[in-house]
Amino acid sequence: MMSLLEVKDLQVRVEDREILHGLSLTVNPGEVHAIMGPNGSGKSTLSHVIAGKPGYEVTGGEILFKGEDLLEMAPDERAAKGVFLAFQYPVEIPGVATMNFLRTALNAQRKARGESEYSTPDFLKKVREVAKSLNIPQDMLRRGVNVGFSGGEKKRNEILQMALFEPSLCILDEMDSGLDIDALRIAADGVNALRSPDRAMVVITHYQRLLNYIVPDFVHVMSRGKVVKSGGKDLALELEASGYAQFEDAA
Amino acid sequence: MNVVLAKTETGRALSDAFIVARDRLPGTGQILEQRRQAFDAYERAGLPHRRLEDWKYTDLRALMREVLPLAPAPDAAALKHAEKTLKQHKVRGTRRLVLVDGVFAPKLSETADLEKGLSIRSLREVLEAGNAELQSQLFAFDVSNPMVALNTAMMTDGVVIEVAAGTVMSQPLHVVHIATGSVPAAIFTRSLLRLGKDAGVTLVESYVAADGAKAYQAHDSLVIAIGDNSRLDHVRLVEDSAEAANISSAVVTLGAHAHFNTFGMTSGASVSRYQANIAFAGEGSRVETNGVNLLNGKQHADTTLFMDHAVPNCASREVFRAVADDRAHSVFQGRIIVRPDAQKTDAKMMTRALLLSDEAEADNKPELEIFADDVTCGHGATTGALDESLLFYLRARGLSEKEAQSLLIQAFVGEAIESIVNDDLRELAVASAIRWLEARA
Ligand SMILES: Nc1ncnc2c1ncn2[C@@H]1O[C@H](COP(=O)(O)OP(=O)(O)OP(=O)(O)O)[C@@H](O)[C@H]1O
Ligand SMILES: [Mg+2]
Repeated sequence: MMSLLEVKDLQVRVEDREILHGLSLTVNPGEVHAIMGPNGSGKSTLSHVIAGKPGYEVTGGEILFKGEDLLEMAPDERAAKGVFLAFQYPVEIPGVATMNFLRTALNAQRKARGESEYSTPDFLKKVREVAKSLNIPQDMLRRGVNVGFSGGEKKRNEILQMALFEPSLCILDEMDSGLDIDALRIAADGVNALRSPDRAMVVITHYQRLLNYIVPDFVHVMSRGKVVKSGGKDLALELEASGYAQFEDAA
Repeated sequence: MNVVLAKTETGRALSDAFIVARDRLPGTGQILEQRRQAFDAYERAGLPHRRLEDWKYTDLRALMREVLPLAPAPDAAALKHAEKTLKQHKVRGTRRLVLVDGVFAPKLSETADLEKGLSIRSLREVLEAGNAELQSQLFAFDVSNPMVALNTAMMTDGVVIEVAAGTVMSQPLHVVHIATGSVPAAIFTRSLLRLGKDAGVTLVESYVAADGAKAYQAHDSLVIAIGDNSRLDHVRLVEDSAEAANISSAVVTLGAHAHFNTFGMTSGASVSRYQANIAFAGEGSRVETNGVNLLNGKQHADTTLFMDHAVPNCASREVFRAVADDRAHSVFQGRIIVRPDAQKTDAKMMTRALLLSDEAEADNKPELEIFADDVTCGHGATTGALDESLLFYLRARGLSEKEAQSLLIQAFVGEAIESIVNDDLRELAVASAIRWLEARA
C-alpha cells in the first residue's frame, strides 16, 4: 500500500536560519498521528511547508503525497489533491463573506479535480448540515471570513471547512488552543466523524487532553526541528508526566 | 476634416476648429459669444500639463497629445450599431436616455409617459429655445479650467432634466453615453439635472463604446443643482474602450437639508479625468462620495474632487479605493475647504490604493484648508499590496492565485460599492467590477 504522506529527511530554512534539520515522517491512510513538542520546535513550520506557504526554503529532503512530489505543487493544487491544514492562527478576511468564500473554495477544488460544481441549493444544504453538527450558528456564516470571531469560533470554522472539503490528509495545528471544554468535545467529535480508512490526520498539540478525544495511533515528539521519538498513544501520557527536558539534548 | 484643436509642444499650427465646427453647435447670440470666449480661454491655455498644480499627475499634453476633431453626428448605421450596444448595458427598471456620439438619440431613449413633475429635454433644444435662466445655469462652469473651457465652447448636446418640487421619483434615470467611433473623433456633451425642493431622484450615467469603436475622446460635463430637502443618488460607470479618453467635469450645488450620495467607478478608458466641484449652499446637508478605480495595462485615471463647505452644519464623506495593475496609474486629488462661516462642519476623506504590480502607481493628494475653528475634519490614506497571509489562506483552500486575488480585490472595493443604496445599481457596479476581474484572469 502506498503511503499517503512521506516526509523524508526534510531540511527547511526561513530567512537564512535552518528550522527543520532532517525531519522524517510517514503517514498511511486511516492513521491518526499526533505531533507534540516544545514551543518553537518547528511543528507549525512543518505544517506550513506541507500546505505550501511561501517564504520557506526547502534545502534538502522531499515530501511525497500519494507518491507525488508535493513540493512541486502550488498550494491550491495541494488543496485540490486533498491536503488540508487547519491553521493555528486562522486569518480574518474582512469583506469576503464566509458563504461566498466556502462556495468559491469548494467549487475551485472540485473543478480542479474535474468534478462538477455544486448547485446553490446543494451547497447550502451541505453547509447547513455541517454547521449544525459543529454547533456553528448561521449568523457566523453571514459575516466576513473569521471577522469578529472569537478564538474558539475561528477554530470551529477551520473544522467546518475540513468537513466540507473532505480532504484525505488533515493537519490540525493546535485546534485545541482557545477552545473551552464543550467546544473541544464538539470539535473533536467533528474530527472523529471524519476518520475513515482512506483519510489520515496529523494532530499537532501541546496537551494530552485532546488525545483523549482524538485517540492517535502514533505519537511523535519534535524537538529543535526533528522527530526525536515516536511511539504509541502512551507516549503522550509519558510526556505529560515528565515534560520535554529529556529530549532537549537528543536533538 | 482633420483639425488639430490644441497648440502642442511641438508647435503644430492651430487651425480654428471652433470656426469649423460652429455651424453644428446649438445656440446663437449670447450663447455663441460665451462659446467664443470659452474657446479663447482654452486656446490661450492649451491642453493642461504637469506644470499646472492641478494637473501635475495628469499631463494631458503627454497623455492625450491633441484634441481630436468633432465627431460627425451619428447616421442611421451608427444608431443601429449603438442600439446593439445599448442592449448589453440596459439596467432593469430604469428610464433610459441615450446619447450617441454626443448627440441625443430620441429613438433609443424613453421619453414618453414622463412622471408628473419630470421634464426631459435635449441640450440642443434648450440652447436653441430654452429660457434664459436654464441657459445661464448651463454656463455655470468656471472656464479657468482649460478642459471645462473647451467643453463649454464645443458642447454639442446632452440631456437637461428637471425634477419639480415635491416630486420623488422611484424610477432611476439612466443616461447612456455610447461612442460608435467610426472615425477617431471627439465628443462634447453637457447635461443638467435640477431638483426642486423636497424632490428625489436616482441618476445613473454609463460611458460605453460600441464594438470596434476607434480611438475617441469623450468630453462631458454635468451641472447638478439639488434643492432644499432633496436627495440625489448618483452612480457613474466609466467603461469606455481601452483606447478612449474620458474627460468629465461636474459642478454640484446643494441647498439646505439636501443629500447627495454619489458613486463613481472607472474601469475603462486609457486616459480619464473626473473633476467635480461640490458646494454646500444651505445648512444641514450631507454628501457621500465614493469612488473606485480598477486599472490595468497603461491606463491612467484621475479623480479630482473639490468639496466646498461654505456654510455651517454640513457633512461630507469621501471614500476612494484604487486598484492598479501592470503599469497603470491612479490619481486621487481631494481638496476640502471649510470657509470661515462653516462652523460644525464634519468632513472626512479616506483613500486606499492597492498596487498589484511593482510598476503600478497610485498618487494621492489630500488638501484640507480649514478657516473655521469648530469643525471635525480628517483624512487618511494608505497604499499597499495584497496581504500575503490572506492570499495564502485562500490558496490553501483551493483558490488559484487569480481567484484569491479577485476575492480580495472585490472585498477591497466592496466598501465603496456598498455605499450604493439601490440594490439593482449596486449589483450593476459589482457586475462591472467582476467583468474587470474576469478580464484580467
Ligand atoms: N518567518 C519566520 N522568520 C523567522 N523565524 C521563524 C519564522 N517562522 C518560524 N520561525 C522560527 O522557527 C522556529 C519554529 O517555529 P514554529 O512556529 O514552527 O514552532 P512551533 O513548534 O509551531 O511552536 P508553537 O508550539 O509555539 O506553536 C521558531 O524558533 C520560530 O521563531
Ligand atoms: Mg505552532
